[in-house]
Amino acid sequence: METVTYGWWLPPSLSTYGPAIDRLIIIVHWFMAFLFVGWGIFLVYCLIRFRQKEGRKASYESSHSKFPKAIEIGVVLFEIFLLVGLSFPIWSKYKSEFPQKSESLEIRIIAQQFVWNIHYPGRDGTFGKGDPKFLSDSNPLGLDPNDPVGRDDIVTVNQLHFPVNKPVIAHLSSKDVIHSFFIPVLRVKQDTIPGMSIPVWWQATQTGQFEIACAQLCGVGHTLMRGFVTIHTPEQYAAWMAEQEAQLMPPPATQPTETAPMEAQ
Amino acid sequence: MSDPNREHHEPGFIRKYIFSVDHKTIGIQYAMTGMVFLFFGFCLMMLMRWQLAFPGEPLPLIGGLFGDTLMPGGVMLPEFYNSLGAMHGTIMVFMGVVPLAVGGFGNYLVPLQIGAPDMAFPKLNAASYWFYFVGGVVMFASFFVPGGAANSGWTSYPPLSDIATTGQTWWLFGMVALITSSLLGSVNFIVTIVQLRAKGLSFFRLPFFVWAQFVTAFLLLLAFPPLEAAGVLQIMDRLAGTSFFLPTGLVISGAALPASGGGTPLLWQHLFWFLAHPEVYVLILPAMGIVTEIIVNNTRKPLYGYKTLVYSLFFLGFMSFVVWAHHMFITGMGTTMANFFQTTTMIISIPSVVILTVLLITLWGASIRFTVPMHFALTFLPMFAIGGLTGLPLGLAAADIYLHDTYYVIGHFHYVVAPGTLFALFAGIYHWYPKVTGRMMNQAWGKVHFWLSLLAINGVFLPMFIQGFAGVSRRLHTPIMYAHAQPVQGTNVFMSYSAWILGLAQLIFIVNFFVSLKKGKKVESDNPWQGTTLEWAAPTPPPHGNFATEPVVYRGPYEYSVPGQEKDYVPQNVA
Repeated sequence: METVTYGWWLPPSLSTYGPAIDRLIIIVHWFMAFLFVGWGIFLVYCLIRFRQKEGRKASYESSHSKFPKAIEIGVVLFEIFLLVGLSFPIWSKYKSEFPQKSESLEIRIIAQQFVWNIHYPGRDGTFGKGDPKFLSDSNPLGLDPNDPVGRDDIVTVNQLHFPVNKPVIAHLSSKDVIHSFFIPVLRVKQDTIPGMSIPVWWQATQTGQFEIACAQLCGVGHTLMRGFVTIHTPEQYAAWMAEQEAQLMPPPATQPTETAPMEAQ
Repeated sequence: MSDPNREHHEPGFIRKYIFSVDHKTIGIQYAMTGMVFLFFGFCLMMLMRWQLAFPGEPLPLIGGLFGDTLMPGGVMLPEFYNSLGAMHGTIMVFMGVVPLAVGGFGNYLVPLQIGAPDMAFPKLNAASYWFYFVGGVVMFASFFVPGGAANSGWTSYPPLSDIATTGQTWWLFGMVALITSSLLGSVNFIVTIVQLRAKGLSFFRLPFFVWAQFVTAFLLLLAFPPLEAAGVLQIMDRLAGTSFFLPTGLVISGAALPASGGGTPLLWQHLFWFLAHPEVYVLILPAMGIVTEIIVNNTRKPLYGYKTLVYSLFFLGFMSFVVWAHHMFITGMGTTMANFFQTTTMIISIPSVVILTVLLITLWGASIRFTVPMHFALTFLPMFAIGGLTGLPLGLAAADIYLHDTYYVIGHFHYVVAPGTLFALFAGIYHWYPKVTGRMMNQAWGKVHFWLSLLAINGVFLPMFIQGFAGVSRRLHTPIMYAHAQPVQGTNVFMSYSAWILGLAQLIFIVNFFVSLKKGKKVESDNPWQGTTLEWAAPTPPPHGNFATEPVVYRGPYEYSVPGQEKDYVPQNVA
């Protein structure tokens, strides 16, 4: 597993759309710097050249330079480029162009004060149903123990594991207040809003261990709402998943024997 | 001159200084109360900066004063940190800057600049101040209720705010009072500017400051009612068991919340930002008005592109109503809506660029007089430029994915409001102090105050962009828990020392302000800065009723360095 180092600049960009977001941020900042330095030079020049001096009067007539209009038009054109050329397509890729479900790992992330519950659908690929009446410390999502679909589901707390180079679709929601799911290195950020299920996707390009930070004030423990991300190689991920499955409650013994003969027919 | 409204009798002490209906007294009341709250809000921030620079270490000297419920052993609890953050924002915006910029400067100067004896509705004006005062008292008192003051951020997003401690209810009642105050004030400004302009003072002869207050008043009038409604709905959620902002099935700390459900948290955000984005322009437009007046006066030449500025102002005001959801890009917004709000946000940057460019070009061919107010007013330009430009990446939804809710945002809006608006307000105080008091503030100490403040305030806010790039989330009690925040922790220490130096620099201002009342150099004329607008034609300080005779206006607001004139300025009231 490679390690990354953080510094005074954008952290390493490890998702497929991350570099495009970074490029936009950097291009905008060059544009801003250009305008700021331009204005700054003009300002300082004026302050020196037109300072009050004996015997010189300010001019009553205004300058008739075409320069300001040229700046305005330049700014407008560049902003159109930023919008249409960069921001619209990136946003569209991030929000609307979801990967195929069949090729992705689909998970649910349910935030609560002050942890991230990660819900994997298990081998059947289907999420079990939950009900608040089943909530307990060992069952933070209140999964129905009688729901066969839910029996193979894996629920982890603050531990998000997924394989590298495979799209992940996460359905985000919250049990209590608004939180915001943020993994800096993946450039993914999405509010989790109670009463709503909001999908996001990402595809990591590098393995490693990272952090989930809550980006929206969610109460006393906002700072403490830190999750841990492990991006595995496919083999490591399979091994981790097998380990989780091994810890599941064994299914009732009768079920497999009932179904096996039927399949044989 | 037989207007019966111009006959005045001298009111008693209480009517004259406390429950006054004179726009100047009310303006001074607003300004003084606003400045007290600004300093108080600043102190809250200086406390937070200790925790950010030295997390978990006991605050020396004064740490023990806060008691075990807030800072046991002098170490700040996250509850208290959250209260400080929420109240810092609320106090600075709603109880500091707006009352000083609109209530203070607007009340004092608008009637004088339009040649009116007072505001159109003097009693409404007094009511506006007292609603503000009550709102301020309620907010201040909320620090002492169980659980402390509101702690859900100045934005008070539900469901967190719906389930927060009692302080939130106090916050909401305080906000209702503050909003009512602003609504009463805004109606008064609009009527005053439309109805009470002196003879000859057509709209396009108005000083730019009056235009700025005019547009600001419309923003307050149209944007605040949705937040007042939202505030009442949240009060209902908290006290009457409604669920306007609470969806069905909330589970709080393992137990189902006994609420009827069916609401949505996003409703609040739309209502809040429908106010709070125009509110940004409420903070910045009066500042632009002040800066324009001072720059024109000290360049000794007419304003370049006066009408362009006025049209830009109107366009800004209008557009400010259709950008609010750019605060909500990552609430789950889809492509169509995000594209609309990104586009309006880029459009609103255009008039801001126009205004900045116009003010810069005004300097060309000038004869610049470097007074203390001019120092602050000129500095507004690059500071506001940083604040405005850093809004661009936040307004582009794709860049906002990463930057949203990081310190980049905090740096951005503080550059607009602190070294931007607050510097403009300092400029205004130094500039109009001689009109209000008849004495000048000390100019040498003014320059010390300026240079220290300029260096320190950039020391506070510039590193925030570094933290934002590093991805540090806002509103964290202990950011250094996170791996990506550790390399930038040094900037937190630097920012905190800068903030404390900034605090010390304000003591220079406070002492200068009060000592100059008694010891300041007396002004020799009513017009110490050789200005052209009508407030300089009034006696100093202006008496009740303002002008000895009703002024008549013969010319535009900025007739400086007119060829063939003996002096380099021609006041508006000179035939």
